[in-house]
Amino acid sequence: MLRIRNLESGYGSLKVLRKLSMHVSPGEIVTIIGANGAGKSTLLRTISGQLRARGGQILFNGDEIGKLAPEKIVFMGCSLVPEGRQVFATMTVKENLILGGYVQYRKKKMSAVEEGLERVLGLFPILREREGQLAGTLSGGEQQMLAIGRALMARPTLIMMDEPSMGLAPLIVKGIFQTIVRLREEGNTVLLVEQNARAALKVADRGYVIETGKLVLEGKSEYLLGDSEVQRAYLGKGYTEIWE
Amino acid sequence: MDMELLLLYLVAGVTYGIIYAIVAIGFNIIYNTTGIINFAQGEFVMLGGMTAVTLNAFLPLPAAIVLAVILTMAVGALIEIIFIRWLVSPSVLRMIIITIGISIVVREAALHIWHEGVRALPYFTGNEITSVSLAGVRMSPQVLWVLGICSVMVVALNLFFHYTFLGRQMRACASNREAARLCGISAKNMVTLSFVLSAGIGALAGCVISPITYVQYDSGTGLAIKGFAVAILGGLGNSMGAVAAGLLLGVLESFSIMVMPTAYKDAIAISIMLGVLFVRPSGLFGSREAAKLKEF
Repeated sequence: MLRIRNLESGYGSLKVLRKLSMHVSPGEIVTIIGANGAGKSTLLRTISGQLRARGGQILFNGDEIGKLAPEKIVFMGCSLVPEGRQVFATMTVKENLILGGYVQYRKKKMSAVEEGLERVLGLFPILREREGQLAGTLSGGEQQMLAIGRALMARPTLIMMDEPSMGLAPLIVKGIFQTIVRLREEGNTVLLVEQNARAALKVADRGYVIETGKLVLEGKSEYLLGDSEVQRAYLGKGYTEIWE
Repeated sequence: MDMELLLLYLVAGVTYGIIYAIVAIGFNIIYNTTGIINFAQGEFVMLGGMTAVTLNAFLPLPAAIVLAVILTMAVGALIEIIFIRWLVSPSVLRMIIITIGISIVVREAALHIWHEGVRALPYFTGNEITSVSLAGVRMSPQVLWVLGICSVMVVALNLFFHYTFLGRQMRACASNREAARLCGISAKNMVTLSFVLSAGIGALAGCVISPITYVQYDSGTGLAIKGFAVAILGGLGNSMGAVAAGLLLGVLESFSIMVMPTAYKDAIAISIMLGVLFVRPSGLFGSREAAKLKEF
């Protein structure tokens, strides 16, 4: 579904990703773990088109998307839930979701958007209660659900999430990860970037560990969870267990 | 001071005020989608008025106005496509210089096309001496046209921004440009649209006001300054604030004639703008936090 070869990317003169290669197959949950500044968010920003790839290839369902603008990539079925939610704060919850359905609106018509709205509100009942509220007044957890819901409104085949658990209370984080599992059960493919490595590896099928823009380790989640190096660097003691 | 005179001043103030508000809303629409002030905003008003006067020589008045508005919108689109669209993350200063440059070019072009003559559309109903009486005040029917059409514009814009998919897309771009692009919305097209919309409302305002104030190749500049003062006063980007601030400025200007020579009328707008910039940079309406949130 997604295949990346020797990807290079960065900001200005700063090179962040160095010859990174990875892939995501349909129906998988794949997670990328790594320390702050390792290039996890840069990777997602590059795939989504917010950052232009400097070298290498990004193939999505066989099409090269490395040079495309973000709005084009969304139309191809690849959506990003950006870091820090980025909801439309001055607009209502419903308006946020409807805008997420813009792709469907353009492809078919308004009925497809209404259908998607029902589906997302079914997935996040709390958003139904908050429908008319301004997105900026929601709690962090609700905003995260809204951001995920907004991305789902485009009916993507691949949904990428950048740090969905950031700054949220443990109980809320648990809910978010349950949602991710549920999304996969419904046939979605998920590429997840997380600092909460333990929780991410527990839901994921496979994982990639990146350090300073380079791939250092990859494998099945159980394997990574058992790897002594991963345990030492990313699953250190004192990390609250929140996924059971 | 008798009551009728006061009401007369009030009506005159509100008439000018709503025009200032429309110009300010034009500023706001472009500011919200791009983060820049389009200093050529006043030129749209002038172009609308001038084009309508010219077209009215061959066409009935309503058709001339509609066509003039459409032509001005096309000019707005062209300006954006030629001068703004291809810029990759330009600095604010560069954008300001570009829009000031555009305003000079448009003004000079207008001077070549229409020369220095002062023109005006005919009164929409009646003529210079017809008057209607409303609540004991005698006023020109054109005043009612100005108030009516501008109010309809304000309401229509509000409905557009809040209830149509296109309007919501523009608000999304104003609220969070990157997130809007991640929804598949083309931010560039929204910027073009904002220029078209600003040009359109400016041109229509220029048409309805021209029988009262007349129009000349350089009449856009003065309006742009007043409109800018109003936009600042109402809080940049806040359109309802602009309406309130526009009416306030119009009425203040109008009443200032009672205590000051008419020549100082324009100084009022500038002093108010300076005062607001010193004391409350986020405008009269809205807090500092609200100033960060762009909303139509």
